[in-house]
Amino acid sequence: MMTFLTHLINGISLGSVYAIIALGYTMVYGIAKMLNFAHGDVIMVGAYVCFFAVSSYHLPPVLGVVIAMLLCTALGMLIERLAYKPLRQAASLAVLITAIGVSYFLQNGAQLLWGSNNKMFPDILPGDGIALFGGELHISVATIVTILACIIIMLALTWFTGNTRMGKAMRAVSEDKGAAQLMGINVNTTISVTFAIGSALAAIAGVLYMSSYPILVPTTGSMPGIKAFTAAVFGGIGSIPGALLGGVLLGVIEIFAGAYISTQLANAIVFLVLIIVLLVKPTGLLGKKIREKV
Amino acid sequence: MNKLKTIDRSVRRNFLTYAIVIVAYVLLQLLSSARGFSPTLRGQLVPICAYVVMALSLNLTVGILGELSLGHAGFMSVGAFSGAIAASALQAAVPSPGARLAIAMLIGAIFAGIVGTIISVPVLRLNGDYLAIVTLAFGQIIKSLIENLYVGVDDAGLHFSFLKPSITLAQGGRMILNGPMGIPNITKISTFLAGFILILITLVIIFNLVRSRAGRAIMALRDNRIAAESVGINVTKYKMMAFVTSAALAGAAGALFALGQNTIVAAKFDFNTSILILVFVVLGGLGNMLGSIIAAAALTILPEALRGFADYRMLIYAIVLILVMLGTNSPQLKAMLQKLLPGKKREEV
Repeated sequence: MMTFLTHLINGISLGSVYAIIALGYTMVYGIAKMLNFAHGDVIMVGAYVCFFAVSSYHLPPVLGVVIAMLLCTALGMLIERLAYKPLRQAASLAVLITAIGVSYFLQNGAQLLWGSNNKMFPDILPGDGIALFGGELHISVATIVTILACIIIMLALTWFTGNTRMGKAMRAVSEDKGAAQLMGINVNTTISVTFAIGSALAAIAGVLYMSSYPILVPTTGSMPGIKAFTAAVFGGIGSIPGALLGGVLLGVIEIFAGAYISTQLANAIVFLVLIIVLLVKPTGLLGKKIREKV
Repeated sequence: MNKLKTIDRSVRRNFLTYAIVIVAYVLLQLLSSARGFSPTLRGQLVPICAYVVMALSLNLTVGILGELSLGHAGFMSVGAFSGAIAASALQAAVPSPGARLAIAMLIGAIFAGIVGTIISVPVLRLNGDYLAIVTLAFGQIIKSLIENLYVGVDDAGLHFSFLKPSITLAQGGRMILNGPMGIPNITKISTFLAGFILILITLVIIFNLVRSRAGRAIMALRDNRIAAESVGINVTKYKMMAFVTSAALAGAAGALFALGQNTIVAAKFDFNTSILILVFVVLGGLGNMLGSIIAAAALTILPEALRGFADYRMLIYAIVLILVMLGTNSPQLKAMLQKLLPGKKREEV
């Protein structure tokens, strides 16, 4: 029973990281209708920035996270401005390939700047954590912080998209770009802000991911990136609660599959579940049904 | 002479593609035998052929059928491993390397075709980005499965084991596939000539499919599925036809690739490889087979050609990729380029 609970909590923690990354995918997809494959590599950049801030400049971890968020925000907006904005009218496949180009660029840039050898991410969330049930169930600080961060981010984003001017503009643009523009919404600014938020979240996710899986290499971001993308589709791409649900479910399935079925096949099982879900609900768990117009 | 003129444009284009491929083969073969190539470049000839076939087959799915596939390397993987296992097991039975390679490619194509058929059942129920993500998922699943597969051979035949390397072989038996370690010590039997023949066969299959009744049905599905369905085109049948053909061709390419390497591991055929092939197809132009061939060959050589830039080569590759996409798709940049080119400017005036 206790091992079950431990696995469940670990799964929710991993899933929370996926959910935070998936938010970046889902918001960008909802608004710009593009699969931003470079998102995973923004996570990696965020992790590296925090790594150097903490281990080379000996800054407090909180400051490291803030610096990583600021730099990733700037990076995300820069990528959007230089690589994606000129392609706003282009075919979606052209944008996809450009995003892949950006992803290669970030990975190889990171390799040149910081080398391809493994870096051990410092333990920025030390402490004993909590022991429950007379010490049988142990929850680490990293796990608690990750889950709390995910809940706070979700609540903040839900409030933001529901109540602020910019949030409403985002929803309007994702609904109908043309109509939003006619209503006086600056579509370019809105898209730019979406990328900024997504990239800042990617930086947080990068640091959180690193506190559970502390080996940092230039390709660190690609696997969580693909998983989070899967999570976004799983929950229904374009939907914010869907990203949370998809992320957490994916994390739990991955940990359970690894613990109870086979470690080597954990990834295969995750993707198999995704396929089955998409067959039953072709637009994901919480995705909107798209009606085809003739 | 007049007869040639009356042949319609697409046929002329197909002939041009065949002609260019044949001329390129002859030229490369001459250069290669005249020692005009560095050994690394000569070693690239077989992989280039394999990637060209991969690009052509993916172009059938993406360009002709109009569905985005992000798991094409999975079919290559199935073909590579089944082909390499077959070649290894048949080493004694079929002494001629050429015949063994042909059998291996055929087996690779059949297995990839079977996997493609299984996958196409769920895949083709979906559309657009959801279809893309399911193909991505299948690519990952295939990789995981092959990484946990162990195959050995002895006098009694092939022995399989999953997850654990628990195969007991009779005397004289040997392991072929060692799970995550892949297949070591492959006898290299792929040749540039075999690659060239495979490219020609692929072109013949694709051009004939496209120009047939089935091909027109497939393209009608791409252009407007609802309209095509309403004139009585069987959506599942034609989608499946294109998808399975594409998978089988990728399997043959995988076998060709594997038998030109010393070692293959399942991790080689991952998401990045699928993406690489997709890049060839998009850069070459959707539905444009000659474009796919040129893009696949050029982009496989490019990292080699950029070797002088050492560590910067992949960075340059990424920048080239982004700039090409921006240059060919962005309206502002196109206008700028037109101003820069004097010939085009005069046309505008």
